[in-house]
Amino acid sequence: MVMTAKPVECGPVEEISLPSSIVVTPAAPLPKVVFGARDVSVYYGDFRAVRDVNVDVYEHQITAFIGPSGCGKTTVLRCFNRMNDLIDAARVEGSVTYRGVDLYHRDVNPVEVRRRIGMVFQKPNPFPKSIYENVAYGPKVAGIKGNMDDIVEKALRSAGLWDEVKSRLKVSGMSLSGGQQQRLCIARAIATEPEVLLMDEPCSALDPIATARIEDLMQQIKNEFTIVIVTHNMQQAARVSDRTAFFTTEVNSESDTRTGLLVEVDETDKIFSKPSDERTENYVTGRFG
Amino acid sequence: MPLTTLGVGGREATERIDRQIKSGRIDFGGRMFAAMLFSSLALALLVLVVLFADVFGAGIGVFTTRAESFLSGGLRTKADSAGVFQAIRGTFWIAVFTVVLAFPIGVATAVYLEEYAHKGRLTRFLDLNIRNLAGVPSIVYGILGLTIFVKHLKSFTGGATPISAGITLAILVLPIVIITSAEALRAVPGTLREAGFGVGATRWEVCRTLVLPYALPGIITGTVLALARAIGEAAPILLIGAVTGLLPGQEGLLDPSQLTERFTALPVVIADWARTPRAGFDELAAAAIIVMLVLVMAMNTFAIILRSHFERKRN
Ligand SMILES: Nc1ncnc2c1ncn2[C@@H]1O[C@H](COP(=O)(O)OP(=O)(O)OP(=O)(O)O)[C@@H](O)[C@H]1O
Ligand SMILES: [Mg+2]
Repeated sequence: MVMTAKPVECGPVEEISLPSSIVVTPAAPLPKVVFGARDVSVYYGDFRAVRDVNVDVYEHQITAFIGPSGCGKTTVLRCFNRMNDLIDAARVEGSVTYRGVDLYHRDVNPVEVRRRIGMVFQKPNPFPKSIYENVAYGPKVAGIKGNMDDIVEKALRSAGLWDEVKSRLKVSGMSLSGGQQQRLCIARAIATEPEVLLMDEPCSALDPIATARIEDLMQQIKNEFTIVIVTHNMQQAARVSDRTAFFTTEVNSESDTRTGLLVEVDETDKIFSKPSDERTENYVTGRFG
Repeated sequence: MPLTTLGVGGREATERIDRQIKSGRIDFGGRMFAAMLFSSLALALLVLVVLFADVFGAGIGVFTTRAESFLSGGLRTKADSAGVFQAIRGTFWIAVFTVVLAFPIGVATAVYLEEYAHKGRLTRFLDLNIRNLAGVPSIVYGILGLTIFVKHLKSFTGGATPISAGITLAILVLPIVIITSAEALRAVPGTLREAGFGVGATRWEVCRTLVLPYALPGIITGTVLALARAIGEAAPILLIGAVTGLLPGQEGLLDPSQLTERFTALPVVIADWARTPRAGFDELAAAAIIVMLVLVMAMNTFAIILRSHFERKRN
């Protein structure tokens, strides 16, 4: 595990000094790396759930994680905001950097990490509090000043839930339907204005209209945020994401355990049109192998 | 019949499905089991009813003839003038001390064990021993209270006082409060904690604003059950030095000066009267039991109200 507090250089950097004699045509600036995962393996006790993950997540992009169930997408996503700390048995190996800082350095405060890196969970998990309090909770604990009513309204509007709940903000978040709960959780996550949003299958319980809303929202906010989304919906990954990482599982025949691994990560167009790995091609074309 | 037999796939199919989904309606095994469960419930209720009927039959006479002097009188050697006021007073103060000590310490311990401590061999060892402590006979706690609070800490507790008894009973029920609180905390869904941590709350914020409100109904129920057990204990407070026979003090219920005086309590008085061979004391014991039952029931009702209040709040 890399244990350095000073910034670790990873991926492309913006400025490269060139000899002045060379004339360069100005190209689009290379995006900044938000997350860099290097040789990441995650263990639950002795069980290695996922191994050798190398992936960069770029600023103002949507990065999609796709792959069959159980291949460790959620597990890897949870490494990015230290959520795995909450599972006693979980252990992360390798290095994960957030804007060049080692996320697992022992001086890092996970609370500060999670304030900057918001998360929407696979299963909707609203607080057993009112809709209003659900959204206001994050800004409150973060000590955000400002008009709380406005913050709540803005977040609920962004999540496409405002019109459905504006007349009953005092009722419990638990009394909403599954899809409404998920949008409430999205509103809760964006109310704190994080720099990055990790979304674990945010649309799996949503109808096409609500899904389209969330996808719109993602496109809107990616100018300010960076988004990582796990999805089982291939069209969704193709529609919304800039880059796609494909994970799969390999079966260890001796111990009969399954370990997830990252097969490849690339521009979304490339993953869906001409991936470099056969396993990716089989998966995205529906020939599961 | 809006559906034609043609529409549902022919007469034969209808008949077959009809037979299949209407067969096996009577589930004999299940009914037997339900009957067994009901008879155990009935047995438990029957025992309770017999006990109540017995006690009420014996004790109700005291209330019909001299309810007021019984409820406001003190300990006497004569059956027709003895009362339970001092015993109610003592039990009240013991209960106050027990709750005030056992509730915060017990809940704090449970929160530490469940929410903060790393789940390792040490916490498992502590957990096991707390369970063992809950099984220690109450007389042992009485001896502990006698040596420590009555003798060694006399300058602080005043010796054989309601303070000593309250502290001793608090220690007696502390393991029960810890265990039930820990169980209530364990029943809080992990996804609730994750949701809190996910928006950047600290462990303390997650505990205070999410986990504890969710667990509170369970914690309250556990505490009240523990308290009901505590105020029913006679053995440990007899050892501490609860008075039987005659007690001079005539302070009011809330008068704090009694805290440093000798005391008595309902279970001790009941045991003493029930043992007294002189005429009239059996009835007094039964009447005191009725008082105690009413107290315990009032406490439980209060707990149920509190519980449903907090349950509604967490909805
Ligand atoms: N808390 C945990 N304790 C032990 N093992 C776990 C835990 N969470 C996940 N795992 C295991 O890790 C592996 C990867 O799980 P993960 O949830 O990351 O998969 P996933 O790719 O998100 O799957 P899905 O698409 O079904 O959500 C699985 O084999 C799973 O059993
Ligand atoms: Mg998952």
